[in-house]
Amino acid sequence: MRFSLLSLIRQSFAHNTGWPEQWRSPEPKPSYDAIIIGGGGHGLATAYYMAAEHGMRNIAVVEKGWIGGGNTGRNTTIIRSNYLWEESEALYGHAMTLWQDLSQVLNYNVMYSPRGVMMLAHNIHDVQVFKRHVHANRLAGTDNEWLTPEQAKAFCPILNISKDIRYPVIGASLQRRGGTARHDAVAWGYARAASALGVDILQNCEVTAITRDASGAVAGIETTRGTIATKRIGVVAAGNTSHVMSMAGVRLPLESYPLQALVSEPVKPVMPCVVMSNTIHAYMSQSDKGELVIGAGTDAYISYSQTGGLHIATHTLDAICEMFPNVRRLRMLRNWGGIVDVTPDRSPIIGKTPVPGLFLNCGWGTGGFKATPGSGHVFAHQVATGEPHPINAPFSLDRFRTGRLIDEAAAAAVAH
Amino acid sequence: MLLIPCPYCGPRSELEFKHAGEAHITREPQVADDQAWGEFLYTRTNPKGIIAERWRHTSGCGRFFNCLRDTVSDNILATYKSGEPRPSLETSGEPSR
Repeated sequence: MRFSLLSLIRQSFAHNTGWPEQWRSPEPKPSYDAIIIGGGGHGLATAYYMAAEHGMRNIAVVEKGWIGGGNTGRNTTIIRSNYLWEESEALYGHAMTLWQDLSQVLNYNVMYSPRGVMMLAHNIHDVQVFKRHVHANRLAGTDNEWLTPEQAKAFCPILNISKDIRYPVIGASLQRRGGTARHDAVAWGYARAASALGVDILQNCEVTAITRDASGAVAGIETTRGTIATKRIGVVAAGNTSHVMSMAGVRLPLESYPLQALVSEPVKPVMPCVVMSNTIHAYMSQSDKGELVIGAGTDAYISYSQTGGLHIATHTLDAICEMFPNVRRLRMLRNWGGIVDVTPDRSPIIGKTPVPGLFLNCGWGTGGFKATPGSGHVFAHQVATGEPHPINAPFSLDRFRTGRLIDEAAAAAVAH
Repeated sequence: MLLIPCPYCGPRSELEFKHAGEAHITREPQVADDQAWGEFLYTRTNPKGIIAERWRHTSGCGRFFNCLRDTVSDNILATYKSGEPRPSLETSGEPSR
């Protein structure tokens, strides 16, 4: 059933009892043309674009838990594309283009809200780095502009621009097209659209082995719901990528860290935009429910615990209370952690692996949500055709051998 | 927050330490091709399970040491001095929680 004003009116007269399930929950088939491991936003988007743009209908997404229950449901939903290098601008810009009409394309309201992302500079180094980003972005046609502290305060009135605080704001860069979207809706929207095209979404189906044939190529997977044969596998497992790829004997340039976030009790609208500060490890926005959504830094050590140390969140709240003094008395409702897979150059890895038929989309680190549509779109091309899309070609695993790294440590914006 | 038993100073709060990456990464000095160099610099085990990692007690003795930790539960299973072999864990088969 398509969502429309008509279907809404019909369902309200039927007391909302007639809404169908949003996606099917089939039993696994014995074999598929391709399998995506990982049912987060990136994996579901990949499956959707493989079905919608490459005509592959006999495919499945396998997810060890429930879809969107990993980093897709744990991030702070920030969307921006103000990265430094041309390769990154093409990749994140591609995603930004797809965000614009994603709700219409999927017939599902992902609540994309281009409310502006402002990144604060607190010292001379920040000013130099951000101005370099502003100039690079504008040359590449990506919107980004430099603001004085007064302009920053005009854009976000609750921002403290006093000169007598520990880390005063001395400028900011602003990407007006940046903003937020509803993270769960992105996963659900892609799942619903993919399922309608025939993609099987297999939840509670954890991969326990990747099997290979005599030539070394991919032959299938063993899962907690049985054996499934396939010639093509796309691994989109975020923090668990190293673990999944070890089943195929592939070692990667990845380290998995807990990244924490927390939300306050809901309040009336106080914050019209997203504000980020890399230097003092904090960023904040307000959800449509009214909660202030706060992101912290990563823990220092590798962990799969999905929690993280409380001192990391405390450190972030120190910074939040200084930047936004009027939120000091708010209570925090929840805090949690997600496991992010960080590459040495803070850019993702999208492409082939040494194993024939096995493809990889990982290394999104602390900032994968913003790229969900673009990541899925180019990775669908990679898995469906076997060759990289021009946009993801530079993000190969091979760059760690050739040395052609894409260093986005400054643009990653989360302290780690 | 972790409570880390420094082999020189005893148990201290994680705040006193700097994490220093995976332990026991070595390079064959006679091999200098791009593949080996890239793996030495960047490729990591990143295990979901027991990791051997380096810590430095920056706010204490200042020394590096090695640690065995379960990355699922964050339980620290053993710490040992740099240069010592990785201890076997047959006595501490503590399950992850």
